[in-house]
Amino acid sequence: MNLALRDIRHNLGRFLLTCLGLGLLLGVALAMVGIYGGVVEEALSLARGLRADLWVVEGGSRGPFAEASRIPGDVREAVARLPGVTAAGSLTFQTVEARHAGGPGSGEIPSEELVRERAGEAGRQRSGAVLRLQVIGYEPDRPGGPPGILEGRGIGRGRLEMVLDRGAGAPLGAMVEMANIRYRVVGISTRAVSTGGDPLAWITLRDSQDLQFRLNPPAARRAQQGGGGALPQDTVNAVIARLSPHADPASVAAEIRRWKHFAALTAAEQEQVLTRSVVDRARKQLGLFTTVLLLVSAVIVALIIYTLTMDKMREIATLKLIGAPDSTIVALVMQQAMLLGAVSFAGGAALLLAVKDHFPRRVVLGPEEIAGFGLLVFVICLFASLLGVRYALRVEPAQALGG
Amino acid sequence: MSALVALQGIAKGFGAGEARVQALSDITLSVAAGEVVGLRGPSGSGKSTLLNLVACILEPDEGILRLAGETVWQGRWAKADLRALRRRTIGFIFQFHNLLPFLDATDNVALAMTLNDVPLPEARDRARALLDYLQIGRRAGAMPAKLSGGEAQRVAIARALANRPHIILADEPTAALDSERAQVVMDLLRRVAREQAAAVLVVTHDDKIFGRFDRLVSLRDGRIEGEMRPG
Repeated sequence: MNLALRDIRHNLGRFLLTCLGLGLLLGVALAMVGIYGGVVEEALSLARGLRADLWVVEGGSRGPFAEASRIPGDVREAVARLPGVTAAGSLTFQTVEARHAGGPGSGEIPSEELVRERAGEAGRQRSGAVLRLQVIGYEPDRPGGPPGILEGRGIGRGRLEMVLDRGAGAPLGAMVEMANIRYRVVGISTRAVSTGGDPLAWITLRDSQDLQFRLNPPAARRAQQGGGGALPQDTVNAVIARLSPHADPASVAAEIRRWKHFAALTAAEQEQVLTRSVVDRARKQLGLFTTVLLLVSAVIVALIIYTLTMDKMREIATLKLIGAPDSTIVALVMQQAMLLGAVSFAGGAALLLAVKDHFPRRVVLGPEEIAGFGLLVFVICLFASLLGVRYALRVEPAQALGG
Repeated sequence: MSALVALQGIAKGFGAGEARVQALSDITLSVAAGEVVGLRGPSGSGKSTLLNLVACILEPDEGILRLAGETVWQGRWAKADLRALRRRTIGFIFQFHNLLPFLDATDNVALAMTLNDVPLPEARDRARALLDYLQIGRRAGAMPAKLSGGEAQRVAIARALANRPHIILADEPTAALDSERAQVVMDLLRRVAREQAAAVLVVTHDDKIFGRFDRLVSLRDGRIEGEMRPG
């Protein structure tokens, strides 16, 4: 006869309500684990999505994600000529607050005049939903483009076209306005976000250089009057290279490091920079928050089990008096703690899995994470129940006698 | 008749030094098989201490306690041994029945048997038979909260009889019952004592049932003040 189950069945409403509260708490803690995984995955998704074996950046920097990096665009050709390099592409990265100005657009390839016209149009009509995007400028047909196109097509040779991450929410054909210029969404990419969780947008390298480096006319005039020249137009943030399967990334990187003013990182080094440096604080904060939540959960489970045990003081005393061994009493307390943990965990996990796609940041939860967290909850419940067990074992059978 | 409960020169005190309270002194008492003995006395007279001693919850400071032929506390008695002795030998009836609220009447009785390693299906069959014997079989599936005071006390008696104990200890079994139901409970205890040859020791304040004991022992200040045979 399982006394724990029978007691729970007798007080089912109270038990389920307790499970609901604890389940929500465990769900939040599990969400933290998922967000933690999401932060790491998002941090790596951009670098991995670009499938670069080598990153060439400004000398002395660990850019372009960890630090600012600006190098001349013609470095790409020098990198492409290195032995072992099969392809190289110049890239710019810029975080932009854009506006989804609605759509769909017309479908024509815009001329320089149209570019200016669209710029003027956008300047006149600033409206629409705000999008925070990480804009990548790349050269079509060279490394650095979107990892996959779900809808539409990649960027052609035309100007003011954009491939946008599906997470941005703008439909195919929509117009997205950045720095007073409107771009037409010609393709929707598979899920790809920046290290900060912003959706990615790809535009041509030339468009992105304009966006990033070209001064607006009044600022350019002021710069000229002040004697300073404008930044060279062919500036990029990084050059990525793909290597042949037989090439050793470390050797090629060492070769580039011998060049003046340039640094090179292998894919592994870039990932290390991303996880150890770029998202390190977020990781630590999430880890700390998860730990605190688990400690709170442990205290709550301990208090619940202790209170449940105290409520049964007379029953426990009676059981002892009629000769129940300690193992029966311990099983009663521990099984209830385990059931409380199991039902709460299952409820919390189910709820989280149902809503995780609606989180603003990616929640990555695989079977391993869920099983690991379940094991942790089991251990927490086991230890948390010890307080109740201690109380139960101290109950004297004499407490069953008398009024 | 052989004595199933035998106390000889029992003494028990609590505390030390000036704060020491002598709860029981030189208690010699026996209850034979089939006998129903009442234990009465004012508050603080030592009734509860005596009951706890016979229930093997307290260890006497002096004297010999024999239960169903076994001399308790002499030699090594671990907690588990005492519980096993209680399980096998003693049935308990409480003032407020102390049924487990999450088990129905049948399972409250069957639980006591399963603690003695009786398989659950057999324990349930025997529990139902016991409830029929105590004329409460129709309420076998009821939860304690749905039972009246008298019904709950009968189920508690059934639980006390579950392992066919030699000794039944009852702590104010009729205190929460009206006069009529108190007489019914006493009738049951007398019947059980007679039919199962059990020694029944009842602690009571209830003067309505004084006349239903074979012997009534009075305690005062931890000593036996007197004994009478109401019959």
